[in-house]
Amino acid sequence: MIEVVNLCKSFGDNHVLKNITTTIKKGEKVVVIGPSGSGKSTFLRCLNCMEDPTSGSIIFGGEDIADPKVDINVHRQKMGMVFQHFNLFANKTVIENIMMAPVVVVTKKLKKQKRDNLLIKLHLKKGEIVPVTGSVQEIKKQAHDKAMELLKRIGLEDKADAYPSSLSGGQKQRVAIVRSLAMDPDVILFDEPTSALDPEMVGEVLELMKDLANQGMTMVVVTHEMGFAREVGTRIMFMDDGMFVEEATPEEFFSHPKSERAVEFLSKVL
Amino acid sequence: MNGFMFKVEKFLDILVNKGGYKEVLTGLQNTMIIAVAGLLIGIVIGTLIATVRVMPKYSKVVRALDKFCSFYVGLFRGTPMVVQLLVFYYVMLPLIGVKMSSVLVAITVFGLNSGAYISEIMRGGILSVDPGQMEGGRSVGLSYGTTMLKIVIPQAVKNILPTMGNEFIALVKETSVVSFVGAKDLYLAFQSIGSGTYEYMVPYLAMAIIYIIIVCLITLLIKVMERRLRKSDRGR
Ligand SMILES: Nc1ncnc2c1ncn2[C@@H]1O[C@H](COP(=O)(O)OP(=O)(O)OP(=O)(O)O)[C@@H](O)[C@H]1O
Ligand SMILES: [Mg+2]
Repeated sequence: MIEVVNLCKSFGDNHVLKNITTTIKKGEKVVVIGPSGSGKSTFLRCLNCMEDPTSGSIIFGGEDIADPKVDINVHRQKMGMVFQHFNLFANKTVIENIMMAPVVVVTKKLKKQKRDNLLIKLHLKKGEIVPVTGSVQEIKKQAHDKAMELLKRIGLEDKADAYPSSLSGGQKQRVAIVRSLAMDPDVILFDEPTSALDPEMVGEVLELMKDLANQGMTMVVVTHEMGFAREVGTRIMFMDDGMFVEEATPEEFFSHPKSERAVEFLSKVL
Repeated sequence: MNGFMFKVEKFLDILVNKGGYKEVLTGLQNTMIIAVAGLLIGIVIGTLIATVRVMPKYSKVVRALDKFCSFYVGLFRGTPMVVQLLVFYYVMLPLIGVKMSSVLVAITVFGLNSGAYISEIMRGGILSVDPGQMEGGRSVGLSYGTTMLKIVIPQAVKNILPTMGNEFIALVKETSVVSFVGAKDLYLAFQSIGSGTYEYMVPYLAMAIIYIIIVCLITLLIKVMERRLRKSDRGR
């Protein structure tokens, strides 16, 4: 699903990621753990090129998305991301937040199709005229129905027209998760999705994530929730100083950590 | 006091019976057209410049554009409006051999000038929006431009609305120099009423009152808009 080859990332003289190579397979739930400042967020943000890798490749959807010539937006639609601080659009209602990307993306496609057809008709371009189906209204209606369905799934359909600022942290994060689901992603990246939440709201978010995991979603999760890592993770990747020092199944990692750094880390967090 | 009342009567006579109100209305119209059109042009130019200036500077094109924008802003903020008007009207236009009405000249110069000021206001506004908003947009596959236009700029505008109101008020007030290039604004209307009788006290007092009323109305308008835009802040 995602193939990371010789990934390096530096901020100036600060070499944060040091030559990382790994593969994330379909259906895997990879949990990335490690001490603060070790480069977990940077690794995750390089996967969807939110940070441009300094060198190396990220192969996703058959293309090296680290290549600046690749249209990264198309790939990001299939690679959702959930942030520590939710990053919901503050000027949009809950339902608009979820509908936004589908509407914009599909409308763009529709417009491009119409433009192409026109060019072909005028003999300015070769190709066959593809009949255009659907209108912007229909696109909106479809996106709205889908968004409503997603909201029902997390029990927040009554908040559809509320603004994010009126939601609790847990509600915000659940909306953020379904916002990324609206594009039917192949994989979702989570960067400490519960770290900014009050303790009583952590459960509801982890519950939703478990739900997704059970339905076979491919997930890469940076988290400090060791319980979640143990229960949901199919592979633990322990990062220290910009490298993955240890990779193992949760049982193995938590009961028999091999590296000294992992032992030390676990003694602090468990 | 009697003397003053007499002057008021004389002024009213010119204003109402001798057609002075027509001049005032034309002046008022021109003043508002110049200020509003200048503001609108300024918003477009200012938003474009601000967008360039906050863009990540990876490509040479962006860096060159950024240099040009910063030169532009420096030029228009570094010289008085009157000088810009005069140079545009008496230097630029003859040099390129174009004729333009004085109102159009005023609109152009006010647009270019306020574009420079608004770009700085807008830049501050964009930088005041949480960078997470841009990341949220990019993470679902929206382009930089779409996210900027639909997510970041609307929030920036909300943050800078009071400052933009002040900019508009400043523009309205500054229109009083457009008579330098012959545009018939409020000032010129009252000046011409006064010059008919060599009696300026009441006309200029009336002019001051009109300016105050305009500014109060704008202030009110901004307040209403702010209240509307604050809708999305409920419960924060
Ligand atoms: N945008 C940036 N510019 C400069 N340096 C950065 C940037 N982002 C991260 N770094 C540096 O990269 C290093 C790794 O940061 P990163 O956020 O990836 O760590 P982390 O493992 O996610 O830590 P935490 O558990 O605290 O979130 C840190 O030294 C940090 O200062
Ligand atoms: Mg982090």
